[in-house]
Amino acid sequence: MTSLYGADGRNVACTVIEAGPCVVTQVKDVETDGYTAVQLAFGERKEKNTPKALKGHFDKANTTPKKEVVEFRNFRAEFEGGVQLGQEINVGDVFAEGDFVDAIGTSKGKGFQGVVKRHGFGGVGQQTHGQHNRLRAPGSIGGASYPARVFKGMRMAGRMGGNRVKTINLQVMKVVPEKNLLVVSGSIPGAKNSTVILEK
Amino acid sequence: MSDLIKLVEEEANAARAKMPDFKAGDTIAVYYKIKEGNKERIQQFQGTVLQRRNPNTNGETFTVRKVSNGIGIERIFPLLSPNIDKVEVIRKGKVRRARLFYLRGRQGKAARIREKK
Repeated sequence: MTSLYGADGRNVACTVIEAGPCVVTQVKDVETDGYTAVQLAFGERKEKNTPKALKGHFDKANTTPKKEVVEFRNFRAEFEGGVQLGQEINVGDVFAEGDFVDAIGTSKGKGFQGVVKRHGFGGVGQQTHGQHNRLRAPGSIGGASYPARVFKGMRMAGRMGGNRVKTINLQVMKVVPEKNLLVVSGSIPGAKNSTVILEK
Repeated sequence: MSDLIKLVEEEANAARAKMPDFKAGDTIAVYYKIKEGNKERIQQFQGTVLQRRNPNTNGETFTVRKVSNGIGIERIFPLLSPNIDKVEVIRKGKVRRARLFYLRGRQGKAARIREKK
């Protein structure tokens, strides 16, 4: 992350995203697929690490094997007249300064975490005054003889992170078309160098 | 990938390089743009630099202290703020600290700073 100064003089924390070039690898329409969508691919992948079937798919679009393939359903609205198979889409074609975008990614895995970190519980009691070994405990998880069970969905400790997360309404602060860079306000899900899906 | 961040920060680095060199103990004048409705005017704030925080980042700020009518006033400016018109170094001070918070407790003669020759 970095930061930029807005026009009003405020220092805004920003994330730099490499958003392109993406290649159209498939155009779906109602006749053949039952719905309309555009499939985009991004990032390079070694040919020896690409399954033959996937390679054939990329060959159809006349492009090299790509790392990620994502389908977008409401894509045509952006491009009047539609897009062609194998067409290259750059950041400047879709995004402009001031746009609001959503970023979808996989959040950082946190491992097995307690309820205080995972669900924001307050813990039990305080650290002193005879308190012993219950500081970050969940407390009671329900009644006893009635209902004689723990309710489904009771928030407990467990695996945290690594989920699909969407961060909405990030403002595009800057577009660098030469390098296909997008600078958006705020943070986005996932670790550095991970892949995110951007929606306008 | 941090190279991409560097690329984005290039502009800010260039702006930082243009700033005059000043540090804690120096007396400076900050020309600050103030917007009133549609009109914009420039206000001067002159005083002693108490500290520079988060150096060499986009969020770098500096604190300027002046005593006005016996009342100490401190303002914090972001170094790279677009609202700063210019910064003028009036006097270089000789101090032995990076942060001059001890000035807050002093008045008049005790709050003097030797000039750097």
